[in-house]
Amino acid sequence: MNISKKQNGTSLEIAVEGRLDTTTAPELEEELSKSMPGAQSLILDFANLAYISSAGLRVLLAAHKAMAPKGGMKVIHVNEIVQEVFDVTGFVDILDIE
Amino acid sequence: MKEMTLEAKIENIPRVTAFIDEQLEALDCPMKAQMQIDVAIDELFGNISHYAYAPGSGEATVGFDFDETARTVSVVFSDRGIPFDPLGRSDPDVNAPAQERDIGGLGIFLVKKTMDSLEYRFENGKNVLTIKKKI
Repeated sequence: MNISKKQNGTSLEIAVEGRLDTTTAPELEEELSKSMPGAQSLILDFANLAYISSAGLRVLLAAHKAMAPKGGMKVIHVNEIVQEVFDVTGFVDILDIE
Repeated sequence: MKEMTLEAKIENIPRVTAFIDEQLEALDCPMKAQMQIDVAIDELFGNISHYAYAPGSGEATVGFDFDETARTVSVVFSDRGIPFDPLGRSDPDVNAPAQERDIGGLGIFLVKKTMDSLEYRFENGKNVLTIKKKI
């Protein structure tokens, strides 16, 4: 997995590439815990995310909760496989997916 | 059946995934099914790594089989850890609001939804979990 980030003022955009699973989710969690406090809003770009497992969902849920009182979190460019995971788990009703 | 036996620890998940991906690629498995099977490996081998031998450690075996007539892949996970039926727990509430969400049980639920079948048995002192997916 690769993580890259862009900060525009207080808006943070993080692109996640590869596989977000048990082995890699802790890296994203660490990046988010470092970067989120300084951000008012968060965009997660999943254009190059191959798949996500429940370990990744756990990190997304925590980030969603942390950003909710501020400008919120948005997930963009979700592929079919990741979208199916969101649909099946009901995350589609929790997350702001674009 | 092709098999691989290795220590049940999360650092070994990529090795299991690589082993299964190699078999799937040789069968020209569609990418979507391959990714779903990879997610299932992450959930199931991850569970074994976390819980089967806790707080100690032990081995797990991952087997691969393909039924050509039915074009169905089987992946079999077995371990000699604590007897545990992952199908025994109730499904999580996938309609709960974010603040009340509990992530526990979501992984196995996801596997149930994306695989064609999921079967657990305890035999000869082993947990044996088989997933099947038509490709």
